Amino acid sequence: MTPTSDVPQTNPGTQFGFLDDFAVREIRRGLLKALAIPGYQVPYASREMPIARGFGTGGMQITLAIATPEDRLKVIDQGADDSVNAVSLRRFIAASCPALLTVTRTPEATIIQTRHRVPERPLVAGQIMVYQVPYPDPLQIVEPSEAKRRASHAHGDYARLWVKLYEDVVRFREVAISNRYPARVAGRYVIDPSPIPRWDLPKLHRSPVPHLFGAGREKKLYAVPPFTNVVPLAFDDVPFEVERFRDVAGKRNRCQRCGADDTFLDEIPLTGQASRWQCNDQDRCSENLGYSDGA
Amino acid sequence: MGYVAVRGGEAAIAEAIRALDVLRAGGTEPGPGAGDPLQVDAIRHQLRLLVDRVMGEGGLYDPRLAALAIKQAQGDPLEAAFILRAHRSNLPRLGESAPHRGSSMRLIRRISSAFKEIPGGQRLGPSTDYLQRLFRLDLLDEDPAAFRAAAQAIPGVPATAGNFPKVVDGLRAEGLLQDAGPAQPAVDITRAPVTFPIPRPARLAHLTRGETGGVLTMAYTTMRGYGYLHPTVAELRVGYLPVLLPHPLTGEPVEAGEVLVTECEIVATHGGGPGEGPPRILLGYGGCLGHNEVKAIAMAMCDRAMLSGDERGVRHPAEDPEFVVCHVDGIEAMGFCSHYKLPHYVTFQSDLENIRSSAAKLQGGA
Repeated sequence: MTPTSDVPQTNPGTQFGFLDDFAVREIRRGLLKALAIPGYQVPYASREMPIARGFGTGGMQITLAIATPEDRLKVIDQGADDSVNAVSLRRFIAASCPALLTVTRTPEATIIQTRHRVPERPLVAGQIMVYQVPYPDPLQIVEPSEAKRRASHAHGDYARLWVKLYEDVVRFREVAISNRYPARVAGRYVIDPSPIPRWDLPKLHRSPVPHLFGAGREKKLYAVPPFTNVVPLAFDDVPFEVERFRDVAGKRNRCQRCGADDTFLDEIPLTGQASRWQCNDQDRCSENLGYSDGA
Repeated sequence: MGYVAVRGGEAAIAEAIRALDVLRAGGTEPGPGAGDPLQVDAIRHQLRLLVDRVMGEGGLYDPRLAALAIKQAQGDPLEAAFILRAHRSNLPRLGESAPHRGSSMRLIRRISSAFKEIPGGQRLGPSTDYLQRLFRLDLLDEDPAAFRAAAQAIPGVPATAGNFPKVVDGLRAEGLLQDAGPAQPAVDITRAPVTFPIPRPARLAHLTRGETGGVLTMAYTTMRGYGYLHPTVAELRVGYLPVLLPHPLTGEPVEAGEVLVTECEIVATHGGGPGEGPPRILLGYGGCLGHNEVKAIAMAMCDRAMLSGDERGVRHPAEDPEFVVCHVDGIEAMGFCSHYKLPHYVTFQSDLENIRSSAAKLQGGA
């Protein structure tokens, strides 16, 4: 009998973490490989989950495969702990991982599963970031064929990506990639850091925590290990820039709730007057207010 | 702020689920409402082609659960297949069934368009092919007695046992078929990562779980000129195949049950260009769970198109295994399409900043 047809020791869906033992083993092995080869996309047999593809099945499989009853889990979607998809994912993970605590405060979390944001508060050793990834491959914007992209990665050939960046600079005076900005990891593989804004990308550079990326639909795992160089692709004379949030006078917008001027902001358009600006990271905003809003 | 309302998520989700169930019970319909709840057995038998489609795309042969999924999904075939597949996802794998030949099928239908008569005979069986698509108004308010009588109209309709030879076996014996090369082991695509180039067994596994409309679209491109394939249906058969599992003690194959399947072999002629040897007949194979003829034929055409791509280089989209395999899965496509309903205001904010910055630089002449 091949290992894939062994009978697992527990009934499906009833054991801690929902996934069967073979899935857990495969995902953990895949993550170890991903950490050992920073930035390399490890193919894996992604499982269908009871939530739809595109809603975070990749991140969720990682969380379920690494979570222990002692973990404290934070789930964010677009910087919010209580947007509908974050609630839905947290509910499923909590139901399939009894004893695991769910939290919203960043420093209390041991695992942070996220879509599109990295928390503003600096991460500390002992935490793990888990990203939900729609497109695992930074070359996808210049090459549709996965077979060809894999060959490019193997050869370290990112020429077409560099040409795209160069052409952007010539045409727009700026690289026209606002999020999913490509970055080179440990001097070798270029990754798609998932659709985090440019603002968040520097947070991955020499970060004290492992960053684990799961693309469920595209069936890939990859990772940035702790204390690893993550360098955005840029030219010497056209440096990488993050979002600036300047008003028309060139002044930095502040959060109109907590007053912060060092966070990624949401713009809320208002009729007939200037937009309202507010911290995107809901927990950071509440923390700045001393959690006096009851959060 | 709508659906990202702070601390409103939990309650909103609960209400959305309740609202869905109200509609399931016909809650907003004026008049007599939704009638009696649909019984799973009624769905299973009276919507058999939908059940079959859902089983095929869900990748699990369980008519009762497929019927439940259809009921639960309020008739959406993609949702129903998704429920079935999510259930299947971490079911234990008890063993591998032995490969076996479609010639041992207990047939309900078998046709060939390649020959006027075939060994064993053409057998039309249940088919909509020659049905005039006119309303049967008598079904609008069907008499239960007449309905029960209809079930008995042809005694023993289902199936004919017996070993009917495959039409292509005759061509193979004559040496006209292209050599398919050495047999390749089956690939469990739910347990082995997909990588390219992808072996034929893995392609076929993706196609057989593919969304019927997706597989059909790919195949249709080859029929309309994006790849010139003039296929002939060598054989299309629908019937029951035994499931053979290794006996736990002896390892000998034992029949554990049977499944309804549709199988199709298409043949295409190949002229034998310069340096290509004598003309041969090329084969394409399609097979899926349940009774789903369009899918089996379309799948056979996709298989053939991809094999042509292997042989002489990809010239058309449907000949590219990556293009076909990565896009025919309905559950993945539907999930990703739906995900665009999730909030994307962070990435959009980032886009806005990028565009404003670029516009300012261009205006400033920097």
